Amino acid sequence: MDFGFSQEQDLLRSTARKFLENECTSTFVRARMEEPAGVTDDFWMKLAEQGWLGLIYPEEYGGSDLGFVDLTVLMEEMGRCVMPGPFFSTVLLGGLAILEAGSPEQKKEWLPKIAAGQAKATLALTEPNARWDAAGVTVTAKEGKGGFVLNGTKLFVPDAHLADVSVVVARTAEGKSPEDGVSLFLVPKGTKGVEVKLLPTMDQTRKLCEVTLKDAAVPAGALLGTKGGAWPTLARVLQRATVALCAEMCGGAQRVLDMTTEYAKIRVAFGKPIGTYQGVKHKAADMLVDVENAKSLTYYAAWAADENSPETALAISMAKAYASDAYRKVSATGIQLHGGIGFTWEHDLHLYFKRAKASEFTFGAATYHRERVAQLINL
Amino acid sequence: MDFSLTPEQETFRQTLRAWLKANIPREWKHQGSSEIPRVEAYQILKKWQRTLHEAGYIGLTWPKEYGGRGLTFMEELILAQEMALAKAPPILNVLGVGMAGPTIIAYGTEEQKKRYPAKILSCEEIWCQGYSEPNAGSDLASLQTRAVKDGEHWVINGQKVWTSFAHVSEWMMLLARTDLAAPKHKGITYFLLDMKLPGVTVKPLKQITGEDEFNEVFFDNVRVHESQVLGGVNNGWQVGITTLMYERLTLGFALQTRLRIALESLIELARRMEKTSGRAVTREPAMRQKLAQLWIDTECLRVTGARAITKLLRGEMPGPEASAGKMVWVETHQRLQELAMEIEGPYAQLWKGSEWAVEGGVWQHSFLRSRANSIEGGTTEIQKNIIAERVLGLPKD
Repeated sequence: MDFGFSQEQDLLRSTARKFLENECTSTFVRARMEEPAGVTDDFWMKLAEQGWLGLIYPEEYGGSDLGFVDLTVLMEEMGRCVMPGPFFSTVLLGGLAILEAGSPEQKKEWLPKIAAGQAKATLALTEPNARWDAAGVTVTAKEGKGGFVLNGTKLFVPDAHLADVSVVVARTAEGKSPEDGVSLFLVPKGTKGVEVKLLPTMDQTRKLCEVTLKDAAVPAGALLGTKGGAWPTLARVLQRATVALCAEMCGGAQRVLDMTTEYAKIRVAFGKPIGTYQGVKHKAADMLVDVENAKSLTYYAAWAADENSPETALAISMAKAYASDAYRKVSATGIQLHGGIGFTWEHDLHLYFKRAKASEFTFGAATYHRERVAQLINL
Repeated sequence: MDFSLTPEQETFRQTLRAWLKANIPREWKHQGSSEIPRVEAYQILKKWQRTLHEAGYIGLTWPKEYGGRGLTFMEELILAQEMALAKAPPILNVLGVGMAGPTIIAYGTEEQKKRYPAKILSCEEIWCQGYSEPNAGSDLASLQTRAVKDGEHWVINGQKVWTSFAHVSEWMMLLARTDLAAPKHKGITYFLLDMKLPGVTVKPLKQITGEDEFNEVFFDNVRVHESQVLGGVNNGWQVGITTLMYERLTLGFALQTRLRIALESLIELARRMEKTSGRAVTREPAMRQKLAQLWIDTECLRVTGARAITKLLRGEMPGPEASAGKMVWVETHQRLQELAMEIEGPYAQLWKGSEWAVEGGVWQHSFLRSRANSIEGGTTEIQKNIIAERVLGLPKD
C-alpha cells in the first residue's frame, strides 16, 4: 500500500502551482469574472500547451492518458487559484461524456480538438427541477425521419454559451425506472431551436446558463451511446467529474487555510498576533482537520475511480459529502478570522467563499450524498 | 497511489481472518461499544490477549528479539481492520502494547529490553501510565511528584490521578521530577515502577459510570532502584513525548477499529429498535443522515491513517494527518454515543438491571464513558493548540 503521490505527480503539482501563480492571478480572475467568456484565448491555449486539456484522454485522441489521481493534483492547484473558465465543463463534463459514451468516430471528431484547445464542450443535464438523478431528466427527444427532435429546458448548464458542442441529456422513452429511456445527444453550437441564456451567478467565476430546446433537430448521428440506455454511462461520468470537483474544492480550502494562517501570524490585536489567542488557534485547527479529511476522502475516491473499484460510488459520495461541508465551513471561518477585511470585495476570500457555495450544489450537496451513502451501505 | 496489498500481506490477511473466526472466545459477548476494556471482562480479556500472543498477533512491528514479529505498520493496520470486521475483543494491555513497550524498545538498556517487552505482549504484566496529577493535567510538565536520589535508589513521593488500570497493573510508566532547579521540561525522569513496591497505594476513583475504572495512586517514600530509570535522568520529557507520535498511530489503528465495530453495532441497534418500539429508525431521513455521516467520518479516519502510514513507510515523520487523528476520533465517537441515545429515545433513560433496558444497558455505559474521550490522552483543546502551533506554526502564547 502506498497512499501518497508519486514523484511525477509531485512534479505536476509544482509545475501547475508555478504556472497558475503567474498566469491565473487575482487580477486575472477578477477580470474574467466581469466578462461572459470567463477565459482568454491566450490562457486557454496555454492550458492546451501544458497538456492539461487532454490530461485524462487516451493518447490516440491527443491526450496524455493519465488517471484521476494525476488529475486530482491538477484540480487542487486550479482550485487554489479559483481558476475561472470552461476547463471543468469542457474536459470533465462534455469531453468526458464523449470519451465514455462516444463511438470511435465521435471521439475522433471531438476529443483531439478539445485536447488541442480548439473546441469547448459542456454537459446539459440538470433542469428547473434541480435534480441530479435520472428522474430529473424530462427534456424529450423524439425520433423522427433521419434524427431526433429535442424539447424542454436545461438549467444550471455550465459554460453552454461558450461550448462548441453540448452533450444534452434527454428522454427518448418512458421506462419502468427513471433510468430507462435516457439518451445523450451531441448538439453543436448554432443548432436551430437551441437558445442559450447566460445567467447572473453568485460565483462569477462559474458561468451558468439556461438552455432552451424548441423543436431542436439533430441528425441520427448525434446520438451518443446507446439509445435509452445512457444513464449508467452518464452516472459514471458524473461520478468522475465529482471526484475532480472534490479535488478542486480541497485546493481552494487549503488556500483559504494558508491565507488565514498567514494573516493570524501578522495581524496584531491587544498587543499580540491574533494567532496567539486560543479563540483563533482552535478555529484554525478545525480548519486544518476539515481540509486534511476532505483530502483523504478525495484521494481515496480518485484512486477508487482509477481502479474501477467496487467501492467507487461509495467513496465518491463520501468525498463529496465531506468536501461540500468542509469547503463551506473553512471558507466561512476564513472570513471570520480575517474580520472586516475578509468581508470586503477587495480581499480574495469572497471568491473562495462563493466558489465553495457553487461547488456545494454542483453534483449534489452533502445531504444528497449522505443519503447516497446510506443507500450504498444498505441502511 | 496504491491501496492494494502485496501477495504476502494478502496471505497474512486471509490466515488472520480464518484464525479469528476460529479463536474469538465464545464467552465474549460483543458489547456494542467501542470502549476500552471493562472491569468485569478482565479475565476473558487477559486470556484473549494470551491467545493472540501465542498465535503471534501481538507486537507485530516490534523487533523479533523482544518478542515481536518484525513486520511493518501495514500488517498492524491489517490486524486492526480484521479485528474490527470479526468484532474481536479489545487488547487488555493496551497501554503496555501501545506505549510502554515501544518506549522501552526505543530508550531502554539491553537488560530492560530483555526484561519487559515480552511480558507486555503476553499480558503477564499489565501496565498503567503515571503521568497526570491533581495539578498537572493538560499542563503535564508542571508535575510535582518528586524523586530524590538516596544511594542506589530514588525515593518517590507524590500523587498521580486518573490512572486507568492501576488497580490491575504490575507496572507503571512514571514521570517524576528529579531536578527542581531545571526548567520544568528538563527536570523530569521516566521510571519503570513496580506497583508492588512498599509505599505505593492505589485508591479507586468512582467515575461517572459508577465504576472504579481509574484510580488515584499515592507514593509514600517508595524506593525505586536506579536501574529502573528509562532513557536517562532528567530526560523523561523527551522519552515521554517522542514515542507519543508512534503511540498515537498504533493506538489510532485500534481506535479506528473499535469505532467501526461500534458503528456497525449502532446500525444493528437502530434496526432492533424497530422491533422494540415499532419506530423505523433506519427509515427516518434525519437518522439516515446522521448514520451516514458517522460512516463517512469513520472511513475518513481509516484513509487518513493510511496517509500517515504511507509517510512512515517512506521514512518520513508523521505529519498533520496523524496529529489530527485523535481529535477527529474523539468527536466522532462522542457523536456516535449521543446518537445511540437518540436512537433508543426514552429507553435511553434505563440503566442496567431494568428488564426494559435496551441490550442490557451497555450503550448507557459507553455513552457516559465517552465523555472522558475528549479529556484523556490530551484534551481536545490541547490537541488543537498542538495542531495550531506545531503544524500551522501559529505563535505560542
